[in-house]
Amino acid sequence: MIEEKFDAIVIGAGMAGNAAAYTMASRGLKVLQLERGEYPGSKNVQGGILYADMLEKIIPEFRDEAPLERRLIEQRFWFMTDKAHTGMHYRNDDFNEERPNRYTIIRSQFDRWFSRQAQEKGAILLCETTALELIRDGHDKVIGVRTDRSGGAIHADVVVLAEGVNGLLGARAELRSVPAADHVALAVKEMHFLPAETIEARFNLKADQGLVIEAAGTISHGMTGMGFIYTNKESISVGIGCIVADFAKNGITPTQLLDNFKKHPSVAPLIAGSEVKEYAAHLIPEGGFKAVPQLFGDGWVICGDAGQFNNAVHKEGSNLAMTSGRLAAEAIFQIKSRREPMTKANLALYKKMLDDSFVMKDLRKYKDMPALLHNSAANLFLTYPELVSKAMENFVRVDGKTKIEKEKDTIRNFRKARGFGLIGDAIRLARAWR
Amino acid sequence: MGIEAQFQKVEEKLFQNRYLVDSGQPHIKVMPHDKPSKNLLAMTHLCPAGCYSQAENGQVELTADGCLECGTCRILCEPAGEITWEYPRGGYGILFKFG
Repeated sequence: MIEEKFDAIVIGAGMAGNAAAYTMASRGLKVLQLERGEYPGSKNVQGGILYADMLEKIIPEFRDEAPLERRLIEQRFWFMTDKAHTGMHYRNDDFNEERPNRYTIIRSQFDRWFSRQAQEKGAILLCETTALELIRDGHDKVIGVRTDRSGGAIHADVVVLAEGVNGLLGARAELRSVPAADHVALAVKEMHFLPAETIEARFNLKADQGLVIEAAGTISHGMTGMGFIYTNKESISVGIGCIVADFAKNGITPTQLLDNFKKHPSVAPLIAGSEVKEYAAHLIPEGGFKAVPQLFGDGWVICGDAGQFNNAVHKEGSNLAMTSGRLAAEAIFQIKSRREPMTKANLALYKKMLDDSFVMKDLRKYKDMPALLHNSAANLFLTYPELVSKAMENFVRVDGKTKIEKEKDTIRNFRKARGFGLIGDAIRLARAWR
Repeated sequence: MGIEAQFQKVEEKLFQNRYLVDSGQPHIKVMPHDKPSKNLLAMTHLCPAGCYSQAENGQVELTADGCLECGTCRILCEPAGEITWEYPRGGYGILFKFG
């Protein structure tokens, strides 16, 4: 049993937890971090892309040591039908800058590194320790946690709940509810291993360069969802995720959906001959601004996925997690420096800092997007990809038809789609984007 | 690796993963029921690890050994009390090599 009292207990050693633990420990606070996995990262899954800017604000020199896979120099968006994809590719030599903007990472390696940095600053990490419940005093203030390691309680002035999308502690303590089925996506992912040279040849990359493919369309069988392909050093992450409520209605298994994506004629050649070394599944918070729960109270704050911090439009989760962890830590440090207690009123500072940051501003910008994508799924993921593909084929295929005739065909198809609400969807999409 | 190795059954996919199974202590339990609810029945196709199946008597059963701890069944079935969902004991369960 741990007799000592800590300034803060951090639940979880993912992006948010490590950012919080590092930031508090480096400012001299006494930090205990609990991780239920065998090592940091052993329970964590991400595509995954690391956004340099948000980590630089925590560890400016991270590029010297952090396990990074490839710097991203190209982004491909694919609009898919069963046999085709219409793509938009963006590649820019400026991304080969000295301090690259985005990298692919492998979470189990990255999280171990990030956690080690926090420990070097003085945070104490206890792995293989599942936090079971929050302890409160007579005034309902959270004063510590009980774990499965010893019967005893561990006390702290504040508990940072960076416990991930499934965070049981906060839900059990009724600080927030279990996420709704239309506010989370289930993603499945495989790690496909290939020699680095093969990856570089197939994707037109040089050593250390990487790219991202994001794919939407008939691959999600009318569900709100996306496929993704990320290049790592010697592996390719291939996955697909859809909203849980859609999955429940649809009837297709997640593995079947993933295998169909892998068999797509545009995808299969990219991963041909690979050796699959892991199959993972994870939930992604997709509810956006409207799904963010109460984030602070007497003796507690919530960071990362547990707070539904994910920008579904830009596929940004880990940077919102890191930033929320850092801001919670900075708020706690400020309150501590003033020798004030970790009350709800004082911890409101964390929410104010979040509101002033890109985290809440970006989430607010897209507050109507999750519902829109969900409600218009059949059109957006089935009807429109077919429409675009037909228009492209009509444009490209030479078959003796006059160009005027071809153009008329395409216009006729789009007119038909107006019956499905094409114009309404376009206006709603534009509004939700604005 | 041949093309067929990329498209295995879910049990074979799980075989590539690393687990430390807490024998006899499943962290998810299905509550006794006569007829499964819609959501509980959906888990028989929706569980990405194929942990849920329907027995001949129509009830839904669970073998949690291959669980990926995604929490999908918790989202759909815990609020109505159809299952109980805990984390495995510290150190047990899925241990992602890459994640």
